[in-house]
Amino acid sequence: MCLTAEKKKELMLKAADIRQKTVEIIIRGNGGHIGGDLSETDVLVNLYDYMKFDPKNPKWEGRDYFVLSKGHSAEALYAILNDMGILSQDALEQYGKTGALLGGHPTKKVPGVEANTGSLGHGLGLATGMALALKMDHKPNRVFVMTGDGELAEGSNWEAAMSAAKFKLTNLTWIIDRNHLQISGDTEDVMPLENLHDKAAAFGFNVIEIDGHDHDQIRAALENRTEDRPTCIISHTVKGKGLYCAENQASWHHKTPTVEQYEQMKKDLDEYRKGLE
Amino acid sequence: MEKATLRGAFSKKVLEEAKKDKDIIVVATDSRGSAQLGDFPKELPDQFVEMGIAEQNSVTVSAGMADVGKKVFVIGPASFYSMRSAEQVKVDAAYSHNPVMIIGISGGISYGALGATHHSLQDIALMRAIPYLDVYIPSDATQMKSLVDSQLADPKPSYVRVGRGGVPVIYPEGTKFERGKAVKHGDGSDIGIIACGQMVYRALEASKMLEEEGIHATVLDMFSIKPFDTQAVLDLAEKTGAILTVEEASIYGGLGGETAEVLAQNNPVPMKIMGIPDEDVPNGSDTEVLEYLGLGSKGICGQAKALIARKK
Repeated sequence: MCLTAEKKKELMLKAADIRQKTVEIIIRGNGGHIGGDLSETDVLVNLYDYMKFDPKNPKWEGRDYFVLSKGHSAEALYAILNDMGILSQDALEQYGKTGALLGGHPTKKVPGVEANTGSLGHGLGLATGMALALKMDHKPNRVFVMTGDGELAEGSNWEAAMSAAKFKLTNLTWIIDRNHLQISGDTEDVMPLENLHDKAAAFGFNVIEIDGHDHDQIRAALENRTEDRPTCIISHTVKGKGLYCAENQASWHHKTPTVEQYEQMKKDLDEYRKGLE
Repeated sequence: MEKATLRGAFSKKVLEEAKKDKDIIVVATDSRGSAQLGDFPKELPDQFVEMGIAEQNSVTVSAGMADVGKKVFVIGPASFYSMRSAEQVKVDAAYSHNPVMIIGISGGISYGALGATHHSLQDIALMRAIPYLDVYIPSDATQMKSLVDSQLADPKPSYVRVGRGGVPVIYPEGTKFERGKAVKHGDGSDIGIIACGQMVYRALEASKMLEEEGIHATVLDMFSIKPFDTQAVLDLAEKTGAILTVEEASIYGGLGGETAEVLAQNNPVPMKIMGIPDEDVPNGSDTEVLEYLGLGSKGICGQAKALIARKK
């Protein structure tokens, strides 16, 4: 099922709001992994619209699960949980403060968060375990996990990938936020990942490559499943998307924008919103 | 004296329980033979998960399964589970409150001639420093089975280390043990001996030998490394005024270190830590090497007497 034009516009506007909210969280808390937050935003907004998930009851047994393996990009997730009414504005405002609920990495203490992440290379294995247990009980719930791309140098990902394929976890979708940058620079300079499509396919995944900012492509990929394999979505994205000074800049992996940069972003987003009307 | 392996006791017990509860899952890492899992994979194939030689992923996947309600027991070599997958134990099991029970088999020096790569002598020090992780080193098969019952009644992230060979059965079948409560043997006031795992049996033998010489010892079976029975240690120090600890682990940061932390901060009494020295361990069976290192019952006896001489 494709998105209607109306639905697509709704998601694009929502993503603009989430981007703005994410940057506000980071400015208030004086720090955050802004680059990866902004690259993953469109996929997460679309995913939370698509997944079976009840904001009034985040622990609902019938829900689909989402694990943010790239836990450092938590601020966009917090913004989405706030948008859905799960996290209060007060909780967002306390982000990063001593004793606050929200820190630089997500934990299960936060309503709506499924896994304690931060150390990289854990999410795919956790999601594999969840999907395996659900499959054993013949439950319909799906499990989505998003890893970064730089994160894939951690060998534990490939142990997990091997096992997800062995157990034929058709209920598992592994999304790679392929923004090509990590803190030290281009992923292909730091530790080459290509050919990532062939790697994931060779490990036994149904592999789809998409533009991770195109909501039609995102939705089609989220719906895509096979009868015998887990799915891997390589989501090509722009790190820092929407904050123009930050786009495709490795130096913006973890950085706080100035007030001027934020004001410029707001202007850009307003124009973008107007363009959609 | 009847002997039994703890890995075998675990496997028998878990098969019995798993037949009654389909949520009980056993995870192995190409280790079903050495785990003495026997017929489990054949009898309950839907409750058995083979992960291949990948301890890190097996802890993470098990944590994910526990998170959605499975009662997961992971079994494989203690050396690899305590160090190679230490981060997975810390993050995915303990920090994430996913109640996986990891059974580390062939622990201590029980792999014998397989050498240092296969010994797990740092596991107590490492595992007990992880918040929300319980750590147990049972002394016999009965205790091992009781730990499975406790886990099923009240699941917690936990690490259990057992040895390889058969060890004497100390407790009658069906005895129940409370997590965090040491088991007291004897009531002597000359010296207190605290031991865990297969050193408990040796400590009990040593206390008999001491008794023959008119020296009265109390032995604590400290199978529960964490939660730790601080009160039992303090009571023992008060009563005996000298504490000897005996473990099949590094002399650094293990049962001895744990006991010293309690005594130094509350009631410093003369103390001696017996364990594996901070150097290469010679090849040989665990029994032979323990004797060689002075950790047999005679060695314990000798150190007990030397410690008593230091009492004020």
